[in-house]
Amino acid sequence: MSIKQLTVFVENKQGTMVSITDLLAENNVNIRALSIAETEDFGILRLIVNDEASAENTLKDNGYLIKVTEVVGVKIGDAPGKLSAALGVLDKSNINVEYLYAFMARTEKHAYVVLRVEDNAKAERSLEDAGFHLITEQDINKL
Amino acid sequence: MEKKYYQKEIETMPLEDMKKLQSEKLVKQVKHVYENVKYYRDLMDEKGVKPEDIKGIEDLHKLPFLTKADLRDAYPYGLLAKPLEDCVRIQSTSGTTGRRVVAFYTQKDVDLWEDCCARAIVAVGGSNKDVCQVAYGYGLFTGGPGLNGGSHRVGCLTLPMSSGNTDRQIQFMTDLGATILCCTPSYAAYIGETLKEKGYKPEDIPLKAGIFGAEPWTEEMRRGIEASLGIKAYDIYGLTETSGPGVSFECEEQTGMHINEDHFLAEIIDPDTGEVLPEGEKGELVFTSLDKEAFPLLRYRTRDICVLSRKKCSCGRTLIKMSKPMGRTDDMLIIRGVNVFPSQIETVLLNEGYQPNYQIIVDRVNNTDTFEVNVEMSPEQFTDRVGDILAMEKDLANAMKTMLGINPKVHLVAPKAIARSEGKAVRVIDKRKLI
Repeated sequence: MSIKQLTVFVENKQGTMVSITDLLAENNVNIRALSIAETEDFGILRLIVNDEASAENTLKDNGYLIKVTEVVGVKIGDAPGKLSAALGVLDKSNINVEYLYAFMARTEKHAYVVLRVEDNAKAERSLEDAGFHLITEQDINKL
Repeated sequence: MEKKYYQKEIETMPLEDMKKLQSEKLVKQVKHVYENVKYYRDLMDEKGVKPEDIKGIEDLHKLPFLTKADLRDAYPYGLLAKPLEDCVRIQSTSGTTGRRVVAFYTQKDVDLWEDCCARAIVAVGGSNKDVCQVAYGYGLFTGGPGLNGGSHRVGCLTLPMSSGNTDRQIQFMTDLGATILCCTPSYAAYIGETLKEKGYKPEDIPLKAGIFGAEPWTEEMRRGIEASLGIKAYDIYGLTETSGPGVSFECEEQTGMHINEDHFLAEIIDPDTGEVLPEGEKGELVFTSLDKEAFPLLRYRTRDICVLSRKKCSCGRTLIKMSKPMGRTDDMLIIRGVNVFPSQIETVLLNEGYQPNYQIIVDRVNNTDTFEVNVEMSPEQFTDRVGDILAMEKDLANAMKTMLGINPKVHLVAPKAIARSEGKAVRVIDKRKLI
């Protein structure tokens, strides 16, 4: 059920990001969502893309340090309190969210949240039991 | 009683007399070593040299060299030339490359070593009217014990502070009127900055001179220390293998260090061929201990690159002078007074499950060495969690601290992020520009 997130190690140097996005563009990879965690010395770029395999191969071939992580994607309503409701479900099930980022759908009145947790299956079960709709790789590719 | 020299007859001895003295001592020393040190006897036999072949210093070149590798092979007693009953002291090197080097001293060895340090203290104007603050580390490190002993011999009131606890250093310095400070140049600079922060002006403190060594420093650093402490700053050189600080020392002229050549016979050799080079040429410094009883090293290769000079010195000393070391023949770095070999970093990386792809970056900021190590991460080690990577960096830094004794800042980087020139990675970038 979970979706694939591509994580890229980014050196804290001018021009690193643009060389990554250039590579993805050349290979027709469309970025759906991204987030960066940065430290003093390096950044960790997390990407949800329409064509994970192609993005992964391209970056790997060009010497980037990458890792594919399974993360949970959940669809929430685009209204105040909806993110809180989803997070509340996880909190009640004692699931710790390590990081998250969100993006808006283009047409439907929805938002999507990408969640990094220790136990994907458990988080997915809790969210589904509470009536949330999870997103899949197919959903991502259709976006 | 103020004196210009501690041992005038030696320090101002005419060259011919010095050569004669050195020759007599060398003949005796070679015999002593040959008879008592099997390790060196084997080296001499292998080279086909007998003690009777050494009739004076002109025959020195016939003797085999000793290197740090020999000292490790012979650890701990292999180069000992006296029974342990006659030994009273051990000192050890700061480096931690595999086995430490331990050096043994008889009481006479300690006495002569302290004489050498006393010469250095008198050369900077020290006498029994001075208060000498020794802020080198005490213990196995030779800095503290050497200068402490020298200070006693001169008759200075000695403050055996050891290193660290800067507030206490400053309190004793000001309350007890220290006039001579002995420590590493970087610590002297640090004390100077701290004094300034506390609102002291150079004229508020009674210091007049400093004897600074155990790590490389520049003329620029000298001027900075002299201005911040209101003193004259002098260099001192030595190594545990021969004794400790006081192998050579600076005089008022501040243009190189006089070698105590009645005890330590110096040569400059071509590090590649081992051939002895004429005076004035740059090469590797080699010492022969002429008086050491317990641990008498003959033709010990220091790995320090420098130049010797017999140019007449305005201080009146005739002792040959050596330049500040201009580099090393090996890849040893001295960071914050500690010897660091890149191979030690490599060992830690392999132990910790990393590939040995790294780069050491050393710089000097505000007169203190910075020490950074970049390490390439493998795809298996990379994770999407920032906290995991920071924890890996911290674990590596701790492992390096355990191995080296000083704390690096470790940065994990992407594979192949470390610049390679002609396919070979540059392992060390030393930005300190010390010479």
